Amino acid sequence: MGKEKKIKTKGAKASTIKKVLRYVGRYKWLVALSTLLALGVVGLTLLIPVLVGDAIDGIVGKGDVNFALIKKIIIIVATAVAGVSILQWCMNVINNKVTYSVTKDIRARAIRKITKLPLSYIDSHAHGETVNKVISDVEQFADGLLLGFTQLFTGVVTIVATFAFMISINWIIGLAVALLTPLSLFIAKFIAKNSYKMFHLQSESRANQTAFVEEMISNEKVVKAFSHEDEALDDFKRTNDILYKHSLKAVFFSSLTNPTTRFVNSVIYAIVALVGAFACISADGAIVALTVGQLVTLLAYTNQYTKPFNEISEVVTEFQNALACASRVFELIEEESEDDGTKEIEAVEGNVELKDIDFSYVKSKPLIENLNVSVKAGQRVAIVGPTGCGKTTLINLLMRFYDVNGGSVEVDGNNVKDLKRHSLRKKNGMVLQETWLKHGTVKENISMGKPGATDEEIIEAAKAAHSHGFIMQMPDGYDTVIGEDGLTLSQGQKQLLCITRVMLALPPMLILDEATSSIDTRTEMLIQSAFQKLTQNKTSFIVAHRLSTIKSADKILVMKNGTIVEQGTHDSLIAEGGFYAALYNSQFAKV
Amino acid sequence: MELIVPLVVARIIDVGIPSGDRTYVVYACLIIVAFGVLGLVFSLLGQYFAAKAAVGFSKGMRYEMFRHIGRLSYSQLDTIGTATLITRMTSDSNQVQTGINLTLRLLLRSPFVVFGAMIAAFLIDVQSGYIFLAAVPVLSLVIFLIMFFSVPMYKKVQKNVDDVLLSTRENLTGARVLRAFCLEDKEIETFDAKNEKLTNMQKRVGRISALLNPLTFAVINVAIICIIYVGGIKVYDGALSQGEVVALYNYMSQILIELIKCANLIVSLNKAVASAHRIQAVLDIVPDEQKGERDFPENFDIEFKNVSLRYENGGGYAVADVNFKAKGGETIGVIGGTGSGKTSLVNLLPRFYEATKGEVLIGGENVNDINFEQLRQSIGVVPQKAVLFKGTIRDNMCFGKKASDEEIEKALKVAQADEVVRLKGGLDFMVEQNGQNLSGGQKQRLTIARALVLNPKILILDDSASALDYRTDFKLRSALKELKGLTTFIVSQRTSSIMYADKIIVLDGGKVVGMGKHEKLLETCEVYRQIYNSQTGA
Repeated sequence: MGKEKKIKTKGAKASTIKKVLRYVGRYKWLVALSTLLALGVVGLTLLIPVLVGDAIDGIVGKGDVNFALIKKIIIIVATAVAGVSILQWCMNVINNKVTYSVTKDIRARAIRKITKLPLSYIDSHAHGETVNKVISDVEQFADGLLLGFTQLFTGVVTIVATFAFMISINWIIGLAVALLTPLSLFIAKFIAKNSYKMFHLQSESRANQTAFVEEMISNEKVVKAFSHEDEALDDFKRTNDILYKHSLKAVFFSSLTNPTTRFVNSVIYAIVALVGAFACISADGAIVALTVGQLVTLLAYTNQYTKPFNEISEVVTEFQNALACASRVFELIEEESEDDGTKEIEAVEGNVELKDIDFSYVKSKPLIENLNVSVKAGQRVAIVGPTGCGKTTLINLLMRFYDVNGGSVEVDGNNVKDLKRHSLRKKNGMVLQETWLKHGTVKENISMGKPGATDEEIIEAAKAAHSHGFIMQMPDGYDTVIGEDGLTLSQGQKQLLCITRVMLALPPMLILDEATSSIDTRTEMLIQSAFQKLTQNKTSFIVAHRLSTIKSADKILVMKNGTIVEQGTHDSLIAEGGFYAALYNSQFAKV
Repeated sequence: MELIVPLVVARIIDVGIPSGDRTYVVYACLIIVAFGVLGLVFSLLGQYFAAKAAVGFSKGMRYEMFRHIGRLSYSQLDTIGTATLITRMTSDSNQVQTGINLTLRLLLRSPFVVFGAMIAAFLIDVQSGYIFLAAVPVLSLVIFLIMFFSVPMYKKVQKNVDDVLLSTRENLTGARVLRAFCLEDKEIETFDAKNEKLTNMQKRVGRISALLNPLTFAVINVAIICIIYVGGIKVYDGALSQGEVVALYNYMSQILIELIKCANLIVSLNKAVASAHRIQAVLDIVPDEQKGERDFPENFDIEFKNVSLRYENGGGYAVADVNFKAKGGETIGVIGGTGSGKTSLVNLLPRFYEATKGEVLIGGENVNDINFEQLRQSIGVVPQKAVLFKGTIRDNMCFGKKASDEEIEKALKVAQADEVVRLKGGLDFMVEQNGQNLSGGQKQRLTIARALVLNPKILILDDSASALDYRTDFKLRSALKELKGLTTFIVSQRTSSIMYADKIIVLDGGKVVGMGKHEKLLETCEVYRQIYNSQTGA
């Protein structure tokens, strides 16, 4: 069982790598070039200590300096240094280019997918999570995988080459270093493992503090209204002290790595110096003769040798992380898109027919069953019913945000499944209870449904929706920036702007889902009269809980548990004395 | 400690190897190890103090910030925004802690290594020392220049990332609207443009920061070449020994390693500096004066004299030229549409905001002159949004004042919340964050009770009975009426909640358009009539 799982994850990993390669493939020549450059850089970098060692052998003592040799070496070293610098820069630039280009390509793919994702996906996945995939996962994946790759590559080459050089100079010392180095890695790992626990404690107490801060500061006004500041400060101090204690431990433990590995390295260094010096002393008779210059080279290597090891162990964890990120990103990109119809409709009359509709969000919980509604062109239809009866679901189906499981939705005799989504949606104007505004100016938000609308048209629409007044009160009027991090608007104001949007677009059919729920009753009445004008001779669906809206509808659909239990006009339904009449009496009648 | 090591190695080369003295070599290596141990001990101590300093500093900083935020006024809170305050308290202060820790670790080492190496070089040979003296400033300049150009660019990159992020999020949160208006293709276009801009910026920064390693490498190695050359001449003249040249070479390598470490830390240091600036910005805000020495007056007739209020973040007047009087013990209804200035009006009483023009008087005293603490203790406010905090119901009730269980019970009874407490099993019921485990109506009743625990002289109900059914609403109002001498302001959109008030103030666009009793207003006030009719279906 466990084995199977392992194979499975291995398989998943392999396929993720394959997909990554496909994206990188476009830049394969650059990658190849970068690899070549990396080889050059490593080779030359390692050559320098050898050359310096040779030079030092040329400097023996008073009157005994081989200037010709030194000059020759200096020239070679200078060339090598220049070479390393240039090659390294080129390599860095190429790596950057590949990394950022791949990031860009993947993000472009992701956004195209997002605009085609079925709403069922968007509704059922936390938005923050998806955003995270597009932003930080893609970034981490690019950093970890591509930069990680070059680091890994240069690291391995450096280790192998250093080792080879050392062996070639003196195999005993080379072997000794190779055997001792893992010691410092081992210690680093041990510390990391223990500090992980401390970090865990730290993040726990940090989360506690964050929760407290969030609660208090976001409700700071209430805190102030009750002069609760001092007590809150005391509570804060308590969480702060705990965080301090845990933080200190975590930070200190994690900082142990460097000094300890440095210590181990200095021990190795001493051993190399000892063995090396002995080898130098017994130069004549020993099996492994060593010159002073070679000793210097070896010492320089010893200093450098541990660095790539540490890097590699970091890279490996990063690599794992990057793969995980990549697979999350691919999950999104490979999500299934919605299918689209092909038929275009030009003008619509507005006959809407719902035939034998079955629908559910979750398969096991049927929501709408066998629903039939027929609406003639130009009718105003009000949908009423208790919470959770399926009113909003009906709107979702009409806009084709969701597709029916059974039956069909027809507009002027066309099954909406055969229509192009754009073609259908351009005919429908929609205002939802959940208002949504884009980050941008008021004007941009209003003209979303009609790009290129003139200022006069916009102002006219705003007046009809009774939003002109408060828009003019904003700092920059119609050019005020609102939305995600712009000016904050009240829920009612947001709804008014959304209504303005529809007033401007003037679509042939209208869908209003609790569009005025946050607007005060008086303004609502004024807007209703504007809607009356707007919906004249247009088919409109209105989900509402307010009396005035419902009363004037041509047809009232009373929904309960996913089915339509009654339909008719207000008067006929009251006369019937059924569910609607009971609902009406409980909600609207005066006590 | 590490600085001695090259000298020891130099002795090995100069003394140990030529003379073939093996014990000398052994001793020298033992000295290296001993210094390693000493270095370990010292650096552990150093790390400990660095950690303590960094963590302690950020602890103090968070505390200061929290206290400071507690002192800010409402309009200051509006200007900054609570969301940013929270990020500054949490993630920014973490960044600063990391930054300080890194800086301390670095400062505890690198300058000593770099300058120590330089001094050691001078001690060995003055002329070779000059090479160091030249190399270090050049290196610092290289690092500084690269930083100088790349840091502002990194900020731009971050801004571009934010743009891309915003675009992505909008396509998710606004999926319904964007699709309803068929704007997908336009959104993709915008996204691509932002994406392209980000990539180009990243590539540009990349080109500059990619210079760092090659350049430092080049400078150091040029210096090494110089050392060998000069060293060669000096050794020939007998002024230097072979081992000393090696020592100089080793010192230069050490400097290189330290500087590269510095350069790698610079990015995270930058983030910390940016965070520190954001925190400093908050701490720099001088809290608005909230003085006032007069005691809360005995008589609390209320008078608004030509009062206007305009918020600091722009826009027109939220409340314009309001005049009215209310006697102590009266019930005042405030009604009007969305954005008509109802909340703004009542917020002036507890001095949440100060009137831009005119005077708000309680018992003849301007509220700005009344002792702040007393003012807030005497006015009970029930805000629109029913906010409860994590803790027991008792904790929540004692939010403004330590109260006995009897006092709490009394307040709960008036607020019609006694049955809520009974239902939940008593005052020790744990309320979750934001009161998630209570219904809207339950929360509202508890927040009303919380205000009543203060035993206030004036009570402000800001649309705070909206989730109550008519019967409970009615019972609440009757119970409030029985509290003798309590002046009550009821802000509402429902005429039914205020129709029995002693005085009703009708607001429209920040102005008073009607004032009086229900029957009179029905006759004289057009706006009031419209509101009434829209709710009764007449």
